[in-house]
Amino acid sequence: MYRILSPKISQKIMKSIFWISGLITIFILLIIIGYIILKGLPVINLEFLFSDPIDSGKAGGIFPMIISTAYVTLIALLVATPLGVGAAVYLAEYAGEGRLVAAIRFGAETLSSIPSIIFGLFGLAFFVIYLDMGWSVLSGGLTLALMALPTILAASEVSVESVNKSYSEGSLALGATKWQTVYQVIVPAAMPGITTGIILGMGRAIAEAAAILYTVGAALAIPISLMDPARPLPLHLYILATEGISLDNAYGTAAVLVIIILIITVVTNTLVDRYTKKMMGR
Amino acid sequence: MDYRIEVEDLNVYFDELHILKDVSLKIRKNMVTALIGPSGCGKSTFIRTLNRMNDLIDTFKMDGTVLLDREDIYDPKVDVVELRKRVGMVFQKPNPFPKSVFDNVAYGLKVHGESDKDVLNEKVEESLKAAALWDEVKEKLDKSAMGLSGGQQQRLCIARTIAVEPEVILMDEPCSALDPISTTKIEDLIHRLKKDYTIIIVTHNMQQATRVSKHTAFFLHGEIIESGPTDKIFIEPCDKRTEDYITGRFG
Repeated sequence: MYRILSPKISQKIMKSIFWISGLITIFILLIIIGYIILKGLPVINLEFLFSDPIDSGKAGGIFPMIISTAYVTLIALLVATPLGVGAAVYLAEYAGEGRLVAAIRFGAETLSSIPSIIFGLFGLAFFVIYLDMGWSVLSGGLTLALMALPTILAASEVSVESVNKSYSEGSLALGATKWQTVYQVIVPAAMPGITTGIILGMGRAIAEAAAILYTVGAALAIPISLMDPARPLPLHLYILATEGISLDNAYGTAAVLVIIILIITVVTNTLVDRYTKKMMGR
Repeated sequence: MDYRIEVEDLNVYFDELHILKDVSLKIRKNMVTALIGPSGCGKSTFIRTLNRMNDLIDTFKMDGTVLLDREDIYDPKVDVVELRKRVGMVFQKPNPFPKSVFDNVAYGLKVHGESDKDVLNEKVEESLKAAALWDEVKEKLDKSAMGLSGGQQQRLCIARTIAVEPEVILMDEPCSALDPISTTKIEDLIHRLKKDYTIIIVTHNMQQATRVSKHTAFFLHGEIIESGPTDKIFIEPCDKRTEDYITGRFG
């Protein structure tokens, strides 16, 4: 067969293309994060982090927004994690193949491709109005839970599914029940993947503005009860920028959000790494 | 003679596939029985019938009787969990849990309700000693079992099995993934365990069968062609096919 390129040369070319693709990806990431942080850093100081906004955010800090973010994200994860992991264990370990399973899987996939603004509208209609929760951290947190759920479910299911089948055989052969096997062998072995799923879900929830736009209100005060309205960081950022209140503070808010996400990601990755090493004896 | 297990006219099907055909075999107490035969002849399916691991496969169907201490293990009243406690299993590939050495051995005890720390410590040490592994792991009981060598992992799996004090230990080619030195250690271990346990070992290694077992059954195409004392099977088999197999003419 006639070849334009020798295998050796085509190998080299393809390797360089992959290398360059990787490099560009990292470069884009660094540019975005670097840009936000550089633009935001000048306004970030202890006062900005720990004081209330003044004049709708033109001046002052973002302390209530940080608290609001923590609040809604926590609610979202507290609701979505047990549901998502539970459904994943059911699908991977108990369900087998059937119509119900196919329906659940289809539902989860569809859910994860629905635009976040639709979740916002649904949250408004269902939580805020129908269940009469009003604009509150609870309505916002539950709306975010719906968004995080399919992400947590999908990642957990893959991870539970990929646990070595020989572990469960070993456990069952010792006379353990199915539930003991799931709870004490399979889930611990799948924990790194499940944690990654929870962090991905959190990433979706923590940075979301559209889904909470109609559900959480836009209060500037620190939310105390579940029924208080709030203004998480992404929403604050959105309002500061679109209403032309303060672009500098918008960048500051964005930078704080990015840094929080970076810290959470790095810390969980380190913990997951350590857990995996301990578990696998490396 | 006391029999631990009596299998009569056992037929096993997976869907339409007829895997075991009218298999009958009696297995004596506290003795090693080797099952030999070419790949795909039904040896593994046979031992998995003895602890009902085949139940996990949806398409599994069987008829015939399997008695353990004179009780039918396929009786609807039988608790499978209790049965598997009495009939332990060691798999072809060492499959320790991704947990510490200690937790691997303590696992079976814990799932059967033991929670007393002192009892667990004592039983874990006892089982590891019985599996000839204690000296190698006593310093690293809290380290992951995944860090052990293949041979150590397999002895850990044996320790894990004997910790729940079964009557029978099924071994499905326990040495096929191990090097010769580890294999020797497992075989020595089998010799020491046979006085307390009834052991059934599937092996592809003829020498291994002669070294460890007192009785041998030869499987071919889902049937037992011949069974009896290992010496007799290997020195003067009755059936031509047995002779062909053990002399390496096929398989």
